[in-house]
Amino acid sequence: MVQKLDTLIETPSQTAGPYVHIGCIPTFAGVEGIYPEDLGKRAIEDGAKGERITITGSVYDGTGWALRDAMMETWQPDAAGKFPGEAGADPKVNGFCRFAADGESGVFTLETVKPGRVPARGGGTQAPHIAVWIVARGINIGLLTRIYFEDEDNEGDPVLSRIEQRHRVDTLIAKKTGEGRYHFDIRLQGENETVFLDL
Amino acid sequence: MTDQGPLIPRNRAIHPPAYDVAYKTAVTRSPNLPLLSMESTPTEENGPTFGHSTLGPLDNNLILNYTQGKSPAVGERILVHGRVLDENARPVPNTLVEIWQANAGGRYRHKKDTYFAPLDPNFGGCGRTLTDENGYYQFLTIRPGAYPWPNRANDWRPMHIHFSIFGHAFGQRLISQMYFEGDPLIDRCPIAATIKDRSQLDRLVAPLDMSAARPMDFLAYKFDIVLRGRRQTMFENKIEGM
Repeated sequence: MVQKLDTLIETPSQTAGPYVHIGCIPTFAGVEGIYPEDLGKRAIEDGAKGERITITGSVYDGTGWALRDAMMETWQPDAAGKFPGEAGADPKVNGFCRFAADGESGVFTLETVKPGRVPARGGGTQAPHIAVWIVARGINIGLLTRIYFEDEDNEGDPVLSRIEQRHRVDTLIAKKTGEGRYHFDIRLQGENETVFLDL
Repeated sequence: MTDQGPLIPRNRAIHPPAYDVAYKTAVTRSPNLPLLSMESTPTEENGPTFGHSTLGPLDNNLILNYTQGKSPAVGERILVHGRVLDENARPVPNTLVEIWQANAGGRYRHKKDTYFAPLDPNFGGCGRTLTDENGYYQFLTIRPGAYPWPNRANDWRPMHIHFSIFGHAFGQRLISQMYFEGDPLIDRCPIAATIKDRSQLDRLVAPLDMSAARPMDFLAYKFDIVLRGRRQTMFENKIEGM
């Protein structure tokens, strides 16, 4: 017998289910009056420094149908690349945001500031990006991906560099559709499947 | 900024696979291609923090929070409590735990739930709390009922409470479900069965905890949660491959 490790095992994931909004975005479920407002309602507060941007898109299943019941969470640094809580971080940037796609159209909208570059492990920097976590009915463990920007220098980003099939890099890059406006679709399965991350 | 250091890579074998034919919705919502795996970056190693100012006094009391104390929900009164630890067996203090659930009859207060079991006018179904300095949390609620769902023709979810836990890093983010000791529906549930290692599924089944039950008031169930831990970083600055 070898020595026993004293580490624990992570709790297994289960799907968030179709009613995830009750717990995470109660007003979307029609549950009012328990909390003053939904947690993570805004990525930024008025007065946040940097370029204001709006990102819209949909999450598509393997048949091309836009999910109406997904819950998404995003996490990002401020315009200078500092995460909330770091010394010197912009106090108007919450960094965290939670939202669901519109129940009719399946289109989600994220209003935020464009994030700055953040350090990479072992030196260098990562290209500006927003981390996205998606849970829904039928998703057994939350899916992690990232939004990068087509009008930023993405060369040498450590995550994008690791994608072997170079054409798949495109699935992580938001397309500019106007001043301060970007479009980013997520395809869970099949043609142009989004790259999902295990970080 | 919270604890530093890279996260221990997820052991995906203990989690459900994305694709599972018996849980029908997973068939079209599971990526076909492998995940891109690499060491965590500062993006995943940081995460949002929530303070006590976020919380109201009844946020972790689902029996009372929907009516703000005016009238209690109907059902079997229970305390659900436990600890949030990381893989290094250290408590995770001051972290947000959120739960949501159906009422005693198995009906959710959600505009999409059309099951004909009635809503309880005194029950909302969500709660939240912060763990204390030792990682402890507790909720007072009513035991949720089982309910049918459109999968196979006669599928019923076991009694369960959904849990959402943050930890201190976005890469620790976890959503899972707690089941109840002795529920015969656990063995018949395609969602529970997405976890392929039975010993791992058993870790989601909360035992009856008479030591925490309050006589003449509520029963108790104990549910401990483990989040990803961090690797120590003594050799962090070594040249790659050395």
